[in-house]
Amino acid sequence: MTRALEKYIRPGVKSTPFCPGCGHGILMGLILRAIDDLKMEMKKMLFVSGIGCAAWIPSPHYNGDTLHTLHGRAIAFATGAKLYNPDLCVMVVSGDGDLSSIGGNHLIHAARRNIDLKVICANNMIYGMTGGQVASTTPKGSRTSTTGEGNPYRPFDLCKLVEGAGATYVARFSVTQPILLIQSIKKAILHKGFSFIDVLSPCPTQYGRRNRLDRPDEMMKDLIRRCILEEEIEGLTEEERAEKIITGEFLS
Amino acid sequence: MPSKWVKTPFPKGRYYFSGNEAAAEGAIAAGCRFYAGYPITPSSELMERMAVRLQEVGGVFIQMEDEIASISAVIGASWAGAKAMTATSGPGFSLMQESIGYAAFTETPCVIIDVQRAGPCTGQATKVGSGDIMQAKWGSHGDYQVIALSPWSSQEMYDLTLRAFNLSETYRVPTMVMADEAIGHLRETIQIPSRVEIFDRMKRKGRAPFDSEEEDGVPPMPSFGEGERLAVTGSTHDGFGFRKTDDPQVHARLVSRINKKILNHRRTIIETEDYLIEDAEIALITYGFTARTSLYVVKRLRKEDWKIGMLRLKTLWPFPDEAVAQLGKRVRKILVPEMNLGQVAGEVRKYVPCDVHSLTQTNGEVIRPDVLIETLRRM
Ligand SMILES: Cc1ncc(C[n+]2csc(CCOP(=O)(O)OP(=O)(O)O)c2C)c(N)n1
Ligand SMILES: [Mg+2]
Repeated sequence: MTRALEKYIRPGVKSTPFCPGCGHGILMGLILRAIDDLKMEMKKMLFVSGIGCAAWIPSPHYNGDTLHTLHGRAIAFATGAKLYNPDLCVMVVSGDGDLSSIGGNHLIHAARRNIDLKVICANNMIYGMTGGQVASTTPKGSRTSTTGEGNPYRPFDLCKLVEGAGATYVARFSVTQPILLIQSIKKAILHKGFSFIDVLSPCPTQYGRRNRLDRPDEMMKDLIRRCILEEEIEGLTEEERAEKIITGEFLS
Repeated sequence: MPSKWVKTPFPKGRYYFSGNEAAAEGAIAAGCRFYAGYPITPSSELMERMAVRLQEVGGVFIQMEDEIASISAVIGASWAGAKAMTATSGPGFSLMQESIGYAAFTETPCVIIDVQRAGPCTGQATKVGSGDIMQAKWGSHGDYQVIALSPWSSQEMYDLTLRAFNLSETYRVPTMVMADEAIGHLRETIQIPSRVEIFDRMKRKGRAPFDSEEEDGVPPMPSFGEGERLAVTGSTHDGFGFRKTDDPQVHARLVSRINKKILNHRRTIIETEDYLIEDAEIALITYGFTARTSLYVVKRLRKEDWKIGMLRLKTLWPFPDEAVAQLGKRVRKILVPEMNLGQVAGEVRKYVPCDVHSLTQTNGEVIRPDVLIETLRRM
């Protein structure tokens, strides 16, 4: 993170807690760039997170109000704060396990209500903090600490899920697409209604090392290779398509 | 702690209210302006009245997707500056426990009304019970304190809900009103006063919101959006909310303070009422709906020249140790009648040297006077 963004960091914070190669630190910086571009007043920003590595992205690092809640409950806490004080710009930053598994019910209901929350899901496709167990976002076949033979179940497509539930801004980008992602976070902040961004964030420590991508740079390169925009799908064979991750703005 | 007298938003007078309706009106009078809840018998009328009343007074009402979401939204709203509450019954109270622990550890004022029904599990959903008394104190993991009050009338559903908000704001602690189905659905005349005394959370700019110089102090609590750049976390934290999950001293200090700030102030928190105990040799220790039956029985047996009295616990947690201990020194025998298998009787035994008998009933019905009298005659 550059010096110019230091004013957004809570005084007293010395370093980030993330492992080498973790995408959460990149996302931490990109959210602040979006906030800086929009000249948002940090005094009116409330960052809510659940429990997990991703929940530490805002808490306590960001120099606004931060509310580090319980595993899965970030959106429910955020709903109460936003409804009582609508002047707050409320952003939820949390993990895939937190938001879509244990907190899945709150996610779809907040989307249904189209409540004005900006939800950023740091999706590393795994339970990072607890040691790499399978998540509801883990790709079918992937090895995890609880699926040694490969995950037998298919993952959620979180964008389709929240779109179906009623979200009004929906996008997916990877931390390897920083310009597009900053753009998308800015749109989510300005959007009035439930916005959701599924942010792909590599976890070499817990996911990569069990899936032949142990080196941080390998996971980054893999994401760069696999993330394509919706308009780039055409002309790809079925086989080529299968391994791609479609990114872009799906609803805006 | 400074208080102020405010006009009640409902016209002064006598009203024929159910306990649930009275509790809602007590909450509005206390300044409650946020309610989140999920339907469950026998508490639903309370939520329905809050939906109407909050719209009238300009507050926020939301029916959430479940009870976990409800209490979580209440805590979020409390940090945004609201006096906030939810109401539920057994199954919903169970779901709320993790968040109640969060509120205790982050020192978040909030009020939870549990209109108890006959458990365990789904039990007898429409019938009365009083089986959540221990859960109110011990339901979440770890060592923490809450305040729990026990109303015995519609009037007290109003008065004690109001008091629950005042205590919750004063001590920054989740506060429970442990009602039961019989009290929630009981309709009787209550008096709504023209003015009530209100306590608000203390605010001090720049001061640590999670630490105090006194070992039992209650720190000031700012709200989101006030520029205090709050860091709130349910992990162990220092005075300004920085996570300190490896420091034994920070953890011990915080856990100790959130317990002492309630226990050391229990003399001002606890309320009990004595009935005819001056010359009593036998005493009933009672609470909630059962206290009504008990008082009737005490008066009836007095006519037969029994030396019998009664102590009513209006506060259940922190437990009225002193009042119980004093009574235990004066009487020969104590009977604790309750609609559970002896949850408060067990507590009473910790503080008294005399005989403690326990009348337990878990059949979904209130304890009848003849059952109580029969038990006393056999004692
Ligand atoms: C009720 C509850 N169950 C389980 C846990 C243990 N737990 C802590 S973090 C976590 C997973 C977090 O995964 P995710 O949200 O994807 O975040 P990541 O660490 O991968 O960034 C779990 C299961 C908990 N804290 N609370
Ligand atoms: Mg994860």
